[in-house]
Amino acid sequence: MSADPREGAALDIADVSHHFGQRAALSNVSLQVGRGRFTALLGPNGAGKTTLFSVVTRLYSNQNGRVSILGHPLDREPSRALARLGVVFQARTLDTDLTVAQNLFYHASLHGIARRAARDRIDVLLNRVGLADRRNDKIRTLSGGQSRRIEIARSLIHEPRLLLLDEPTVGLDLESRADIVGIVRALVREEGLSVLWATHIFEEISSEDDVVVLHKGRIVARGLAGQIGTAGETLEATFRRLVAEPVKGASPKVAA
Amino acid sequence: MSNTSNPAVAGSPPAGEAVRPMPHLGRLDFVGYLRALGGIVRRELLRFFNQKERFFSALVRPLVWLFIFAAGFRNTLGVSIVPPYETYVLYEVYVVPGLAVMIQLFNGMQSSLSMVYDREVGSMKVLLTSPYPRWTLLFAKLVAGVSVSVVQAYAFLAVAWFWETDIPPLGYLTALPAFLAAGLMLGAIGLFLSSLVKQLENFASIMNFVIFPMFFASSALYPLWRIRESSETLYWICEANPFSHAVELVRFALYAKFEPVACAVVIGTGLVFFTMAVIAYDPGRGIMARRGGPAGEAS
Ligand SMILES: Nc1ncnc2c1ncn2[C@@H]1O[C@H](COP(=O)(O)OP(=O)(O)OP(=O)(O)O)[C@@H](O)[C@H]1O
Ligand SMILES: [Mg+2]
Repeated sequence: MSADPREGAALDIADVSHHFGQRAALSNVSLQVGRGRFTALLGPNGAGKTTLFSVVTRLYSNQNGRVSILGHPLDREPSRALARLGVVFQARTLDTDLTVAQNLFYHASLHGIARRAARDRIDVLLNRVGLADRRNDKIRTLSGGQSRRIEIARSLIHEPRLLLLDEPTVGLDLESRADIVGIVRALVREEGLSVLWATHIFEEISSEDDVVVLHKGRIVARGLAGQIGTAGETLEATFRRLVAEPVKGASPKVAA
Repeated sequence: MSNTSNPAVAGSPPAGEAVRPMPHLGRLDFVGYLRALGGIVRRELLRFFNQKERFFSALVRPLVWLFIFAAGFRNTLGVSIVPPYETYVLYEVYVVPGLAVMIQLFNGMQSSLSMVYDREVGSMKVLLTSPYPRWTLLFAKLVAGVSVSVVQAYAFLAVAWFWETDIPPLGYLTALPAFLAAGLMLGAIGLFLSSLVKQLENFASIMNFVIFPMFFASSALYPLWRIRESSETLYWICEANPFSHAVELVRFALYAKFEPVACAVVIGTGLVFFTMAVIAYDPGRGIMARRGGPAGEAS
């Protein structure tokens, strides 16, 4: 029997490994996202952030280790786990030939939401991301930052309690980046949403956030952003030191 | 399945203020699934009607064939009285059902091609974040593809009507379930092929090795008794080809008749291929191709 789904971490990843052939992309990764917390998953290119997201969203089924979302183990209760999970993938995944509203209705239906309820929800969310006036425009007419905001609206349509975002600000200018960070932080603050935010940009992390540093498929540090590393050292300096060190006790290749 | 907001575990503490079930928009039950199915079909139709050239090429191809065959073989190939026809029929009347199912064949391959494409651009990932069981989502994709193919088949029949195809009005109605079954079978074959294909580029060869043999070695263009006159082997190949059965199912249905053997073969083949497709389906595939290779430096 699983733990009470209403207690414990929003996301609990325990001892997850994933290999591509001989290459270990994740080695014994464990991390938690606390309820109502903004948790940053910090890692350079190739660290394994996207792979970890793919495991959590059940795209890679061959996992060892355990993943629970809001107390629902992903292997035994996948439907309940996915029903309260929202995801913004690293790659753009909107249908560019369809309008904003058509994309959002499609996603609402994927979660079994009736059209009328979806319509209200879409209005609320488009206001939230500041794009209510673009409702009937095709995605291909939006800027990169705007379509990212639509993707965030889409990920929220079924009222998830846990939101995963994989480098949501990559390729955006400073202003759009600040917009997106602001939207997500407001959700955490006002609605108690739990967030796992993958990034390699330090400016997106504030000192009260939880941070997990991933490097070559391993977790090399974790803690409150303000407290990682030795006193006086910035998060950025700590991060550079951590990823410059060889990873303790393992090569990136699988033994045997 | 029930609503996720139910307390999931027996023996959990009594619900208080902090643990009251959260309001929930979506439903995980069958009604919810039907909404998902509807949404997936709607998306496919919207995308189809957005691509005008796809619609017209799907329509023009069989019309060109109809024109060529009707003109070219009209005198050489008359068709004697075989069921479901009750009189001697002109060749162009004979080929219409085969060409309609050919549209579905092309469409089945086309939609499996778009599955491979979806997988590479990531919209497959979005689909799979839906909480319904994976096989039901693949089934919904299949139904969506079939809806598009049925629209195309009827558009063709509407144009072919000017050739005096002699289809009784009732036939247009009774053909609908036959088109659905044929489309599901062809879509399931395409789905299975798409789960085998590692990358988009390999797809063209599959098309050539599947579509053309299936179409020509069938009862679509010539009645099987005529094939038997020239080659007994070819006759048996055509007889074993599930595409022949799809064509015959539709041919009979267009004349408001039912062909039980064809129906059983079509449904059975569809089930077998769908099951294999679900087993073979791996959404992790294709992600490599998008990244441009195995190098860890990909960004
Ligand atoms: N489909 C795949 N097949 C083989 N190797 C893969 C595949 N996907 C990722 N990898 C490898 O796994 C490792 C982790 O990749 P991943 O995409 O998870 O990194 P990331 O942290 O998301 O990087 P980025 O910041 O560039 O997005 C890399 O070495 C990568 O080359
Ligand atoms: Mg990534």
